[in-house]
Amino acid sequence: MIRFIILMLFCITNVANANGNAVPDTMAERVKACTICHNAEGKAGRDAYYPRIAGKPQGYIFNQLRNFRDGRRYYHAMAILLENMSDEYLREMAQYFSSLQLPYPHPEQIQMLPEEIELARHLVYSGYPERNIPACSACHGDILMGVEPAIPGLVGLSRAYITAQLGGWRNGGIMRIQTSDCMSEIANQLTENEVNAVAKWLANQSVSGKPGSFNELSPELVDRCSQTILEHGGAE
Amino acid sequence: MRHGVMIFSVIISYWRNITLPWICGILLASVLLAMPGKVMAGAAEDPGVVDAVDYGAYLARVGNCMGCHTTKGGQPFAGGRRLSTSFGVFITPNITPDKETGIGLWNQQDFWQALHQGKSRDGRLLYPAFPYTEYTKVTRQDADAIFAYLQSLPPVSQANPAHDIFFPYNSRALLAVWRTLYFKEGVYEPDQSKSTAWNRGAYLVQGLGHCNACHTTRNMLGASQDNALAGGQIMGMNWYAPSLSSHLEAGSGDWEIEEIAALLTTGITERAVASGPMATVVRQSLQYLSQEDVLAMSTYLKSLTENDTGNAPGVHFSVISGSLRRHLELGGKIYREYCQECHGADGKGAPGIYPALAGNRGVVMDSPLNVIRSVLNGGYPATTAGNPRPYGMPPFQQILRNEEVALVVSYIRNAWGNRASLVRALDVDQGKGGDD
Repeated sequence: MIRFIILMLFCITNVANANGNAVPDTMAERVKACTICHNAEGKAGRDAYYPRIAGKPQGYIFNQLRNFRDGRRYYHAMAILLENMSDEYLREMAQYFSSLQLPYPHPEQIQMLPEEIELARHLVYSGYPERNIPACSACHGDILMGVEPAIPGLVGLSRAYITAQLGGWRNGGIMRIQTSDCMSEIANQLTENEVNAVAKWLANQSVSGKPGSFNELSPELVDRCSQTILEHGGAE
Repeated sequence: MRHGVMIFSVIISYWRNITLPWICGILLASVLLAMPGKVMAGAAEDPGVVDAVDYGAYLARVGNCMGCHTTKGGQPFAGGRRLSTSFGVFITPNITPDKETGIGLWNQQDFWQALHQGKSRDGRLLYPAFPYTEYTKVTRQDADAIFAYLQSLPPVSQANPAHDIFFPYNSRALLAVWRTLYFKEGVYEPDQSKSTAWNRGAYLVQGLGHCNACHTTRNMLGASQDNALAGGQIMGMNWYAPSLSSHLEAGSGDWEIEEIAALLTTGITERAVASGPMATVVRQSLQYLSQEDVLAMSTYLKSLTENDTGNAPGVHFSVISGSLRRHLELGGKIYREYCQECHGADGKGAPGIYPALAGNRGVVMDSPLNVIRSVLNGGYPATTAGNPRPYGMPPFQQILRNEEVALVVSYIRNAWGNRASLVRALDVDQGKGGDD
């Protein structure tokens, strides 16, 4: 029996050697299917809506991966790619991307009228409580880098991506099943001008700092967005 | 997953020049045989002893009831999944024990009637989108166990929309005619000349596993002609389920039984990976099979190629002309830029991680549909206990145009000794869509 086992080990070693194309046993190698679009630096392709995912809060990335897989958030390519993936593996991928510390791209330089800038700043830092629109910073953090564990940052993204996402929230194209989601309520309140202004302004901001902590959120916003923050595996 | 579920859209490759894995496979098999205790450890226990609910849960996994009777992201077994076919859209029913919207009012006999005779509780004839043409082979004992399990589930109140079936298929009278022509009622009858394992495998493959729901060519009326598992376009899905009885496609006659079993339960082996709908079947169903059952299934599947007189791949190699070579070289350029890093300059991939393309039957099959779809959509093999952290393939339709996909697919179908038909941009276009 011992001879047998030695022979087996010998064979296994040889199989490994026979494998001419050595494949690194790393997460970086395992997520190559992701990084071809969300490329290795995690930057958004300027010509398409592939957002940077490096450094985003882990819970946020994990939620999105599960939402794509389970059809709550719809994007065909992501749905097919993730179809047969376990929660455990998606969590590991989320952790990997979240931990990537990579330099951010330079901000865009989009011309804006002074009144557009004013409108955007008002939305971002004050909101319109009378229209039930909270300030972006109230949830996404003072420096708009997101809040652990599940709220994404808003800077370091392209205008095209932000515009498309807000449009998606407004017409229900992002979260097909969660119709009562807080972000879709907010986006539905925004006018076209407001969407354009805020998308341009956000894309023009340079990026610094890290996601904030969950404790910074006001209880009423946690309550309003509990579905996003808690139910889908955010805070554990 | 639509319609039937057990599909072997398996990408398979040969490494004729690497013999060591084979020797190891045989050695491993010998070790396993020398340790019967290990082999039997995960085997299904005697249903008479085990609680019927547990046994029913196991059988429901084998039949992958949940696969069709659950909509994406929805409540398990509550139905609502849309199965788009050329006859219309079928909506799978709620089979939780909810009295209003599920099967809470059903009894064992009603369930048996559905599974065995294809009739609903009220006697209505069921459409064969529910594969009772296969389930009729399931024994009464197994049917009762599945029913006991389904009745033990938490009831989910979910009313699903009605089917939307095109004229004239919406006539249930026509269904009666169809049944006379194509439905043969009857529990599986063992072939006394074969082994117990072979018969158990045949019972699972032909019955509960309903492999034939996908791995078959259907006629104009949607009927499968036989039980040969000879492959065909999957109804309502843009995938080709390869033949399990042909050496040219996914026949496994020259595989070790253990290797077939490994592919079914882990979704990947040194020379093959289950992709597309088959990966889903592995994840949802096959990975949970007992060792005894999966070996039995493999024994039966291996025997399917016995009557295959088709030529082995690699026999009819024609010479490639200069102009064809130049055309293929356009694809070669794309290959080197996007594919070579993983699949290798020699097309041999990395066994168990990135499939080889050289000699891969999935690549050179007559139907280029699956390889086109693999390039367009990419994907990860199913995560299973045996392969919990798979490596993946990018969805190249995000990057390459149809023309470029056609060139690179034509190239890999004709490089490293592979020979198969060229692919046009139109073929690539037809490989798009057909998903949920």
